[in-house]
This record gives sequence, structure tokens and C-alpha cells, in this order.
Amino acid sequence: MAETTLPAAIAATKPRSYWSRVVARFLKHRLAVIGLCFLTVMGLIVIIGPIVSPYDYDYQDFELIGMPSEFSQSHWLGTDELGRDALTRLIHGGRVSLAVGLAGAVIATLLGTLIGALSGFYRGWVDAVLMRFTDVVMSIPTLPLVLLLSGLFRPSPPLLVAIVGILIWMGTARLVRSQFLALREREFVEAARALGAGGARLMFRHILPNAIGPITVAATLAVGSAIMLESALSFLGFGIQPPVPTWGNLLNSASAWLAVAPWLAIPPGLCILCTVLAVNFVGDGLRDAMEPRE
Amino acid sequence: MAEPLVSIADLKVHFTVGRTMFSPGTVVRAVDGVSFDVGRGEVLGLVGESGSGKTTLGRSILRLVEPTSGSVRFEGEEVTTLPPSRLKRLRSRMQIIFQDPYASLNPRMSVGQTLSEALELHAIGTRADRAERVGDLLEQVGLPRAVAQRFPHEFSGGQRQRIGIARALAVNPGFIVADEPVSALDVSIQAQIINLLQDLRQELGLSILFIGHDLSVIEFLCDRVVVLYLGRIMETATAADLYANPRHPYTRALLDAAPVPDPRKRRERITLKGDLPSPSAPPSGCVFRTRCPFAIAACAETVPPLETVGARHQVACIRAGELDLTE
Repeated sequence: MAETTLPAAIAATKPRSYWSRVVARFLKHRLAVIGLCFLTVMGLIVIIGPIVSPYDYDYQDFELIGMPSEFSQSHWLGTDELGRDALTRLIHGGRVSLAVGLAGAVIATLLGTLIGALSGFYRGWVDAVLMRFTDVVMSIPTLPLVLLLSGLFRPSPPLLVAIVGILIWMGTARLVRSQFLALREREFVEAARALGAGGARLMFRHILPNAIGPITVAATLAVGSAIMLESALSFLGFGIQPPVPTWGNLLNSASAWLAVAPWLAIPPGLCILCTVLAVNFVGDGLRDAMEPRE
Repeated sequence: MAEPLVSIADLKVHFTVGRTMFSPGTVVRAVDGVSFDVGRGEVLGLVGESGSGKTTLGRSILRLVEPTSGSVRFEGEEVTTLPPSRLKRLRSRMQIIFQDPYASLNPRMSVGQTLSEALELHAIGTRADRAERVGDLLEQVGLPRAVAQRFPHEFSGGQRQRIGIARALAVNPGFIVADEPVSALDVSIQAQIINLLQDLRQELGLSILFIGHDLSVIEFLCDRVVVLYLGRIMETATAADLYANPRHPYTRALLDAAPVPDPRKRRERITLKGDLPSPSAPPSGCVFRTRCPFAIAACAETVPPLETVGARHQVACIRAGELDLTE
């Protein structure tokens, strides 16, 4: 009896999609919500800030050249040694850092997902070749490589994004591979195969949508790594080149004045710290929301 | 007898496990030389314990698992050597129903998407036709048309199994492998699904290979039964004959293990002890001898051939002639 009445019961309820349940669970994670709010505000500031700021990022106040100056009415965070407004440069630097971070994470996620998917789906020699390649890339020490490259050339922003992406995709690839290895054995995949579905359909229509949770989490955490990496590269002089500011090269140029003008180094440092922390909290929240242990 | 729909001859499925650069690994003989036919419109039961190779056998017929050797013919056409391009056409004529209705539906696809994908893959109908056909399929398995928009997690196990059946029927197959389709369901729901299969079989003239371990279900649904043990056939007979007159000690043990509704009825039972031997190191001679209460020294020496002992009744036991296993 129950069997025949249940469809009626189903018809009476609203369909609750997977995503509405994810949102509900995410909102219960306080730190993640705070992190998301912080990132939203930060995003708005770096988008709107340069438009409303009275200064350009490379505008020099000739009266203040020579020494970093302290906070004032006209320069809220002071100026650097070249008389440029620190707040304007911080906001503009945030724009560059966040853009490079996001774009780098997108590249890393696409690359990692593709390699992981092929590895986990086809197994055998495809898996062996791709995973040994992943191991090789993983074993390359990032900073010495970057120092070597920086001796050879200065990257343009698109090239920098590509370099950031290429240096951080490996974790995603391993994660996606393990997801694919597990999911390809599930019966719904076998059912699709029994109906004659080919490799691409099985991978992208049946397996990938079921791995989207872990991939989203990995992508979020990759944004954090990409921002960190971009900052590290810029700090070492291999990132975006002055006069264009990024949080990393702001920190770099401020380091020379750390003893006399610490107010120049603290804001970009705090921005990097808080942004990466917020991204990681959001990643944790997404993990709990998308992969509930039920 | 007319030409069978599916004809399996000396089918073997072996897996190599633990092979590395330094060790050749061990060979697991999941299915080891099985031959049988499934007639048109026939429901053939395949029984055996867990690990007897019944699921692997079912999947290798559809080439979801590649057979190691032997032959599977469908309507006279050899299946095991079909190139991938021709395999797809075969997929619309042979389908499978899975054991676990919670694992066999893609949780991210609505019921309508799942069913219409089957139609898309075989280019059945136009887009509008497909929506219509999805509704028809749902009605055919006893679900309202409107559930096409719903996702699998909104259904109970029995309803999901109906969806799984509808998916298998979507491409109009002539033959279905039903891999323990009711063993994951509540008993009350089992009867409904079995009745549905029975109705569909009559309505559509389906041939079914019904894999299971519940002997009462098999007796109700099947015309003929194959008893599998460690990848080999022990006995095969019509359902009525097998239940009334089992000739293999293993069949008898399976029948004895099934519960009987009358608690006062005292039976002399054969109880199996121990576990199934490893299919990577099967016993010599008769594979069942290690657990057989009637085993003699000769059982270890030769592999008993399947011998005909009655009308459509074959048994693989060298002592079949002298043992009386009827109750």
C-alpha cells in the first residue's frame, strides 16, 4: 500500500534540489559565512575603489617624495617613498592579486580536473603516465624554479597567471583521479555503459557532476594557494612588475622601510593573511556543505 | 526446440589480481566454463551463494565485464568479439537491472533525464516524442507520469527499482539480465517488483536471466534454474523438477537453507559448513567436494561433467546416480 501512496506524497512536496540543501548547510557554518562576507566586501572594494579614489596608482605627490610619509587627511594610509598614495596602491594591488589568484585557480582546476579525470577513468597506462608526470611536476621545488626563471625573463600578467596555474594543479588532479576511480565503479555508471554511453558522456555527464563537491572545495582552496603564490612571486621580484602594484610587490618595496615606516608593510600583509584565511574558511564551509557525512 | 535467444558456451571470466612488475599475480576464476541457453520468452534463474560468480556471469553476457574465453551468441550473433561500433546496437537489445536501486540511479539526474538519455543514445524518437515515451515508461512500471521531474533521492527503494526497470525497458530490449533486483528491498516491496517483472514479461514477451539467491522467488518466477557454485554449473533443471527432485548435494543444501513457512515441519537437512573456497585456488576435481557431506576420494580426482539425468535436467556429480536427495 505504502508503495502506491508514496508518489502522491512526493507530488505534494516541493522538490528540494541538491543546491538548496548545500546552501542551507553552508549558512550554518559561521566562519565560512564570515569569510564569504569578508571576500565579498574585499571584492567590492577592489572593483569600486580605484574608480572613486582621487589618485591614480602611479600618481606622485611631489611634495612627499623621498621618504614614506605617515597617515594624513589626504593620504589615509600615508604615502610611499615616491609620494604615491598607499591606500590607492593597496586597493589597486588587491585588484591585481585577486584577479591573478582567481585566474590561476581556474587554470589549475581545469588542468587538474582534466588530468585527474583521464587518469581515473581510463586507468592502466594512461593513469601511470599522467600520475608519474604529476609526481614529477610536484617534486619540482617552486621557489628555486621561479628564481631561475626570474633571471631569464619578466612575465606578462597572462603568462604569470599560467605559471601560477601550472604550479598548483597537482593536488586537484590527484583528488579528481581518486573521485573518478571510485565513481566509475558505481552502478549508475555501469547502467549508462550498458545503454551504450561512450567515454566522454560517462566522464562528463555521469561521473563529473557527482564529483563537483570535492572539485569546488579544491578550487576554492586553490584560490588561496594562487594568491599566496602570486604574492610570493611578486615579493621575490618575479611577479607583476612595478609600477603596477600587487600585494606581494607592495610588501617587497615596503620591506626596505620596515624600520622607519612599518605602516607601509602592515596593510598589504594583513590583506594577504585575511584573504587567504577567508578563502580557506569558505573552502571548509563548502566541504561540510557539499560532502555531508550522512 | 526453437533456436535459443541467448546461447552461452564454455564461458570463462578470469581476473588477474595483484600483478606487479615483480609478481605475475594470481588468477581468480570467477566464471569457469559455463554453458547454457536462454529460450525466447523464457525466464532462467541463476542461483548460488555470494561469490559463486553469478553477477560476473550476468555482466559478461552484456560485456560489461570482458569474458576471457568462450562464446556468447545473441540471436545467433557472436557477442564476445563484436567491435565497439557494433556493440552499441546490441545494447538496445540486451539490458540489465541492478541489485541496489540506491546506487544504480545517477543522483544528479532527474528521472526524466535518466530515461530520456537511454532514448537519446539510441536515437529513438524526436525530443517531443521522448518526453511522451518517458511518461509511458513510468506508467508502464506503475509510477505517475509527473515524477519525471523528480530526483532519485525523493523516492523509496521500491520506486527507484521501478525507475531502474523503466530505464532497462526504454530501449525495447528482448533480453534482460536482472541482477538480484529484489534482494535489497523490503519483503513487502519485493512481491510488488516481482509481480511487475512477471507482468512485463507476459506483456512484452521478454526473456530474462534472473540472478538471485532467494529460492522461493526463483521458483515463482523462473521456468528453468541453473545452480552455480564457484563459477561452475552444478545442476540445471526446470524449476518444478529442481525443487521436487534435486540431484546435486549443493542444490539440496540450498533448498534446505531456505526457510519453510511451517515451523512444525521437521526436516532432515544438509547444512553447509565453512565458506566458499577461494576462486583463485579452487579444489581439485569437484569444486564442491570440500563442503559436500557425500564426498568420497574419487571426487578429488576428476571434474564431474554435466550429465543428463532426465528431461532438461543435468547434474555435475559423480554420485548423482546413487544418492537419493528427495525429502
